[in-house]
Amino acid sequence: MNRQRLARSRPLAIEDLPDVVQIAQGSGGKLTHQLIETLFVPLFDNPYLKALGDQAILDPSTERMALSTDAFVVKPYIFPGGNIGDLAVNGTVNDLLMGGATPAYLTASFILEEGLPTKELVFIVESMAIAAKKAGVQIVAGDTKVVERGAADGLYITTTGVGFVPKGLQWSPAQIRAGDAVIVSGTVGDHGASVLAHRFGIDFESQIQSDTACLRDVVMAVRDLPGIRCMRDPTRGGLATTVQELSQASGLNLRIRETSMAIQEDVRGICEVLGLDALYLASEGKLVAVVAPEEADECLRIMRTVQESKDAAVIGEVTDDIPGFASLETYIGAVRVLDLLSLEQLPRIC
Amino acid sequence: MKFVDEYRDPAAARYLLEQIHKLCDAPQRIMEICGGHTHSIVRSGMEQVLPEAIKFVHGPGCPVCVTPIAKIDQAIALARRPRTIIATYGDMVRVPGSSSSLLQEKAKGAHVKIVYSSLDAVRLAVENPDSEVVFFAVGFETTIPANGFSVIRAKQLGLTNFSMLSNHVLVPPVIRAVLDDPGVRIDAFLGPGHVSTIVGSQDYEFIPREYHRPVVISGFEPNDILESLFMILKQRREGRCEVEVQYSRAVTKYGNPRAQDVVKEVFSPVEQEWRGIGAIAESGLSLRKELRAFDAYYKFHDWMPLPRPEEPCECICGEITRGVKEPRECASFGTGCTPERPLGACMVSSEGTCAAYYRYQHVTIQTGGARD
Repeated sequence: MNRQRLARSRPLAIEDLPDVVQIAQGSGGKLTHQLIETLFVPLFDNPYLKALGDQAILDPSTERMALSTDAFVVKPYIFPGGNIGDLAVNGTVNDLLMGGATPAYLTASFILEEGLPTKELVFIVESMAIAAKKAGVQIVAGDTKVVERGAADGLYITTTGVGFVPKGLQWSPAQIRAGDAVIVSGTVGDHGASVLAHRFGIDFESQIQSDTACLRDVVMAVRDLPGIRCMRDPTRGGLATTVQELSQASGLNLRIRETSMAIQEDVRGICEVLGLDALYLASEGKLVAVVAPEEADECLRIMRTVQESKDAAVIGEVTDDIPGFASLETYIGAVRVLDLLSLEQLPRIC
Repeated sequence: MKFVDEYRDPAAARYLLEQIHKLCDAPQRIMEICGGHTHSIVRSGMEQVLPEAIKFVHGPGCPVCVTPIAKIDQAIALARRPRTIIATYGDMVRVPGSSSSLLQEKAKGAHVKIVYSSLDAVRLAVENPDSEVVFFAVGFETTIPANGFSVIRAKQLGLTNFSMLSNHVLVPPVIRAVLDDPGVRIDAFLGPGHVSTIVGSQDYEFIPREYHRPVVISGFEPNDILESLFMILKQRREGRCEVEVQYSRAVTKYGNPRAQDVVKEVFSPVEQEWRGIGAIAESGLSLRKELRAFDAYYKFHDWMPLPRPEEPCECICGEITRGVKEPRECASFGTGCTPERPLGACMVSSEGTCAAYYRYQHVTIQTGGARD
């Protein structure tokens, strides 16, 4: 029997929370319960979380299970086009999708900084709820800790996701063959440029919006095509890093063309101003797919019918020229190797 | 921001390359002075598509690379001083001094802040009245006016906790020094675009007049550089030798007089030590005598007598900065010296020749993809 509940005259609501996050809200005591019961449980709204157990007990599946985890420490935690909340949901969901999995469940672990305005926390948790709903996942378990002022930048969120992979699906860089097409689902570098512009206080005619988005619809639309070899989302390290990783893992050469890649004008502008390379800036709502040549056109056609990948394009091919390295054909016609970045181009973008 | 696209037209690049191939009938060693040009040349893979006869010689135009070790050691000494904040531009924190770098000092607890504008350094001083803010300011003509303005602002605000450790260097004297060096052979120059927006094109007229080498002041897009090469070859073909401006969207003959006034108000010319090159008369700027209250070198003179700086013996940054040697001629390139663990300054800044080669060509050479 819960005596506290008996003592209450009415259930607590979000308005009853203190204006800013307090240390005691991470103590596991009364204030922690209040936070969970007024904020997380109603917004994430599912039977697993409502049970308020130490664990969520999930139904079994006959399919193979995919598991992924990711920590989010982006600064600023609210940026044009999104915030750390939808980023934390989409990021992990997309990682599951890149293996061909249907995302099903998430857990979310919060590290909150003392003094974080409750209004902002509520906004972020609401964004997570909306993103989870859109992605078709339930946030079934979580944790909240509060650290002293100055020990974190507002809040950090770690999400872990579970998804299920249909029988027979075996996407992996090992499937890549010379002659395959390299497709990217839209413009690259938007998220990195958005965070960067915001952090440096640079504004062009229009604000650069982060592209944070769930790739579920894109992946589900093309998942049945047998010619898909593998997918990757070019997050940290950007497109250049992704094609380099795929080249290394496949032992082949992914060669992309500078002239085929779509980069937004404002993104190019900020790269010019700050001397950055858009190929190394993160996207948070795009994917790279390596597809058998005979199915590239069909894959592209289907992708272009989905909102999140309406600008999909073939940006290069797989060759066996320089095994294990990615390369770039520059617009003046030279070819150079695309290496991994030696040093962080931009810290803390996700 | 549409302005970059028209300089990235593949058809224009093809046309310019055709013209260059037609005009180029003899070996040409062309020095690009500015590190921004080096970066663009290497990044676009330009040497692969140019005639073999055209050879770029990378010049001393990276401000981080030419800052002497002694100056880095001074900044490190001040970083160790209690209640002192060192404010500087990003790349400077990674440049190795004799035994440490500002980044290593930061990890040990020193207050080192990266600023993006000189006025950010002044703001730090306003916000931290109990600390001394030392603005470790480096740069060529492009950045000197803005750096100088920080001193004017600090003076207006009556700040007593702001000072500048200055390493400001000038392009024309170092070009003269390079041309006087018998080890360096150069047929023509790509003039620095950004520097010229401040000083104008007139500052380079001594090069054709006294040394009989053409100069074309170039923009930074690969097509800008291709067009500048075309203009150099055309001067040769037509028997002309003069200063021309390809980067006419930004550069005028007389530059930016307001910026030049700030420089005159704050700085006076001094003999300057260039890393790898040596001392060159009147090639640097230090704060004027009447502004010594803001000059960290004088303000903290007690902290300054430092042991003789030690250059890492295996590093050939000096010869690379002078255009005498190439990164791949260095035994440490890519092995003992990488952007993650730089031995010399050329591997630090993105404008540094070694860093540009490492990032864009190193693997190409290993895998046999590039021409040379």
